[in-house]
Amino acid sequence: MRASRAQEIWVGIFVAAGIAALFMLALSVSNYTSYTKGGQYHVIVYFDNIGGLKIRAPVTLSGVTIGRVADIGYDKEKYQAKVVLGIDDAYPILTEDTQASIYTAGLLGEQYVALELGAEDQTLKDGDRIYHSQSALVLEELIGQFLVKLTSK
Amino acid sequence: MDAHIRIEGVTFYRGDRMIFDDISMEIPRGQITAIMGPSGTGKTTLLRLIGGQLVPNAGHVYVDGQDVAALSRSELYTLRKRMGMLFQSGALLTDLSVFENVAFPLREHTRMGEDMLRDMVLMKLESVGLRGAHALMPAELSGGMARRVALARSIALDPDLIMYDEPFTGLDPITMATIVTLIRRLNDAVGITSLLVSHDIHETLSIADVVYLISEGKVVERGTPDTLSNSNSAWVKQFLQGLPDGPVPFHYPAPSLAEDFLGQRDA
Amino acid sequence: MLDGFAALGHATLAALQKLGRAFLFLLATLGGLPALLPRPRLLLKEFFSVGVLSLLIIVVSGLFVGMVLGLQGYVTLSKFGAEESLGVVVALSLVRELGPVVTALLFAGRAGSALTAEIGLMKSTEQLSGMEMMAVDPVKRVIGPRYAAGFLSMPLLAAMFSAVGVLGGYFVGVGIVGVDEGSFWSQMQSGVDWREDVLNGVIKSIVFGFVVSWIAVFEGYDCVPTSEGVSQATTRTVVHSALAVLGLDFVLTGLMFS
Repeated sequence: MRASRAQEIWVGIFVAAGIAALFMLALSVSNYTSYTKGGQYHVIVYFDNIGGLKIRAPVTLSGVTIGRVADIGYDKEKYQAKVVLGIDDAYPILTEDTQASIYTAGLLGEQYVALELGAEDQTLKDGDRIYHSQSALVLEELIGQFLVKLTSK
Repeated sequence: MDAHIRIEGVTFYRGDRMIFDDISMEIPRGQITAIMGPSGTGKTTLLRLIGGQLVPNAGHVYVDGQDVAALSRSELYTLRKRMGMLFQSGALLTDLSVFENVAFPLREHTRMGEDMLRDMVLMKLESVGLRGAHALMPAELSGGMARRVALARSIALDPDLIMYDEPFTGLDPITMATIVTLIRRLNDAVGITSLLVSHDIHETLSIADVVYLISEGKVVERGTPDTLSNSNSAWVKQFLQGLPDGPVPFHYPAPSLAEDFLGQRDA
Repeated sequence: MLDGFAALGHATLAALQKLGRAFLFLLATLGGLPALLPRPRLLLKEFFSVGVLSLLIIVVSGLFVGMVLGLQGYVTLSKFGAEESLGVVVALSLVRELGPVVTALLFAGRAGSALTAEIGLMKSTEQLSGMEMMAVDPVKRVIGPRYAAGFLSMPLLAAMFSAVGVLGGYFVGVGIVGVDEGSFWSQMQSGVDWREDVLNGVIKSIVFGFVVSWIAVFEGYDCVPTSEGVSQATTRTVVHSALAVLGLDFVLTGLMFS
């Protein structure tokens, strides 16, 4: 039975190492932590143009990620893009006049939603809407406008 | 006499080759029956038919009155618990020690406590004279010892039938005598039905109560060792005295030499 | 001409027959697995020989693969001035593809071939047949534990491969070529999605474990019980496993990341 005890120990080490590896992949390699910080509440914001925004793109407040884009769709009545933001419950501080803008990380990087707080006292609840929005800057449009300005002078 | 095993009109093919042609025999309960014949006559196949590992193309094999081929899987397994089989190679589980090998059927089929199991296993090993070897691994055993351990294992569940597949082959004279004694002793002491498949004439005739001689898929002769020794049949004489040629041809069936060497080859 | 068709037909029928046997065998094996639950000790030894003994090759290979990814990734990324994305590149390649696939290939060579050879030799030395005569079902007693140990070990081994690989990439990227440590990890964490990337990789390795272990135990059980037959079965295990893993990887990747 001695041999079997050594095997038990080794198998124990093996299983523990496997599970530890999974934990490492979850906690320090991937964004698993952002899944688990309790629940989220959803707020809706409409944009004229969302550029290349994707589902699961970060939502930041003063540069700190406080949530993720939960859903993107097109509203056929408003003729605008409808973006649902999932905000962590830890931040129930968004005022009613919060402004949402779509920015790009770096010149060619990923696009994200940046929020800026307003001055109102009332805060947003699950299902509320953010009224102030600023669309994504599309590089081609910018260059186009720039060229038009140049030539019109 | 009460027949433990009845074989009725069994025909068996392996591929296209006929092994048994409408063969019938009776194995009496509580006695040692030997089945003898030249190599390649399907003696081992016969044991597998009785154990239900093979199914005959025609005919029936009855063990204790049950048609083996008609049994369900679980009924067959219940039947096998009352059969022991000693393979020519021993078929010991190479990753288990001698002790664990003998304990194997007990662990699988009974729920006895560790103490009782230990006593039981050592008792079985004692009966084959290898209690002292219980800690060895199968690779450390000689051929004869392996066969004795296998014998201890096949009697672990106290079966009422043991089948021996070539128990004497490849053993030195002393070990062979030991095995002969063991088979005899098991039979006498607990009245186990023994079915022995062999072509070692001397040893087999010395312990068998009934002998069947089979050749080319048929029973050639049946009788006690004495009647066989005094038989007038040319075939029986050739086999028992070990003559190279006779009714059993020296040559495997082949076209004539002239045809083979001179004729055209149509491969 | 007709002979050619006959040979083709014969080969097709033989392959179909074997596939049929393999499926029936899989059903029998899976059906026998519940019998293991009251006797977990049977698994222990198989876990040791299948999982623990594969540990070294998996960890060492993972480390080197990660280090190579670190070097190669750095060379390519630095052309675009995107060195800080090295973490994402290393981690995504490992977690999505290389972890599950390379682990499965190494596993087939290390543990799969050993399983086939062991079962094949048990068959050729009449151990399986002897077990049957002792009224013990070899599929439950011999195949079941080995199969279960095989497919349970695979995801664990693949996770270790990826984790060690990431460390290897970190060692080369941050330690040797000098990527910023902070951006290495933060880019990795924002670029690797737990569900999309990590869990899908784990699912891949579970599927591979299932298939490679199946091939290994079946080839052993189905082999011709001679030395030649066992050696051919062992070869077939490695070849068929590799083909199955790469083919399935394509299908799974298509399903998961399309």
